[in-house]
Amino acid sequence: MGSGGDIVKARSSVWRVILGRDLRMAGRRRIDALLPVVFFVVAVTLFPLGVGPEPQMLRQMAPGVVWVCALMASMMSVTAMYSVDHADGTLEQMVISGQSLVAIAAAKALVHWLTTGLPLLVMSPVLGVLFDVRAEALAALCLGLLLGTPILSLLGGVGSALTLGLRSGGVLLILLVLPLTIPALIFGAGAVSAVDAGISPAGHYSLLGALLILSALGAPLATAAALRIALH
Amino acid sequence: MGSILNAEGLACRRGMRRLFREVKFEVSPGEVVWIKGSNGRGKSSLLRLLAGIVAPDEGEVRLATGASCAFIGHANALKDDLSALENLRFMAGLRGLSVSQQDVLAALQTLGLAGREGSPVRTFSQGQRRRVALARLALEASPGLWILDEPFDALDTTGTAVLGKMLSGHVAQGGCVVLTSHLELSLVVPDLAPVREWVLGATS
Repeated sequence: MGSGGDIVKARSSVWRVILGRDLRMAGRRRIDALLPVVFFVVAVTLFPLGVGPEPQMLRQMAPGVVWVCALMASMMSVTAMYSVDHADGTLEQMVISGQSLVAIAAAKALVHWLTTGLPLLVMSPVLGVLFDVRAEALAALCLGLLLGTPILSLLGGVGSALTLGLRSGGVLLILLVLPLTIPALIFGAGAVSAVDAGISPAGHYSLLGALLILSALGAPLATAAALRIALH
Repeated sequence: MGSILNAEGLACRRGMRRLFREVKFEVSPGEVVWIKGSNGRGKSSLLRLLAGIVAPDEGEVRLATGASCAFIGHANALKDDLSALENLRFMAGLRGLSVSQQDVLAALQTLGLAGREGSPVRTFSQGQRRRVALARLALEASPGLWILDEPFDALDTTGTAVLGKMLSGHVAQGGCVVLTSHLELSLVVPDLAPVREWVLGATS
């Protein structure tokens, strides 16, 4: 009778173990952990300098610029998601630990989101103001990123696991994952444009939410399968 | 007494090359099995099959129900940024072992790392890293199976003696050990429990 409770306990503990370790390591390497968000801020601020300070144009292109830069910034840190664990033998230990590899993959995606997606989300309102985005549009941008950035982390995990041990894995990973993130980009940026045009963005949110659910259910399974292949 | 690990008809390929096939392997409680074979024969690959990291191309590996299996490979599976203590706690947590802070400290002390528990592994020498990795064995609970790939690598004479003592103690409690070593075990750890030599590639 007690086995059900034991399984639940084991699940929650593997989440705690992975989250605890990875967040602690991110804390120890704060510079590395901050690189994606610094890249994000720098890349986004380059656009007004490049295209000129026309407020109407900036307002119009803000959602697209923020989303594309968020995509790029997420991809920066996704490469290292499994490659370090693979190189130092930790991945082998994870596979034979008796813990669910799917739960481990989900925990790793959550860590990636907490260390990359969440800081991007926090910085985006500031960058929105830089582009003179109205308050309602800014809210739509943040809500879109809130739903969209976890998708990037989940898909990035699959790509990272698939490219383990390859020599030009980093570039291949970006080529592999970026096309998959196009729907999130379209609906995320679309939600802001919809608010600007006075249309309800609810449809965009629903589609982003559906994409999030789909990738949350599928990506950890695919990641776990890819990790097993990588060890072979 | 039944065997703890039982493998039959194992085959392994590396790319197009076949490393071995039709390998039959058995380990019983209280046994130390030394897997021998020249370089490139597939000793490490066999250990990875036995540990369950990789599924065999052919054949099957059966671990007795309830038996635990710990594997320490060439790589130490340590994180440079974490301390020895944090590394061990993570490994124990990953394996679902409930260990206290005292247990972990005692394990590190056994391996002669008292006083270095809190230092980041980055500052450790190769031999000290190996010791941290091996300290995991002291945390393993019930007498189970230890699969060790070149465990004496990078260890100095004291470290080798400590590991030898750990292996003997483990076997005395009914555990079993499968290991590879390029060193002559009888010279390195003369007081080790009786060792069964098993040559990979010999027709059995």
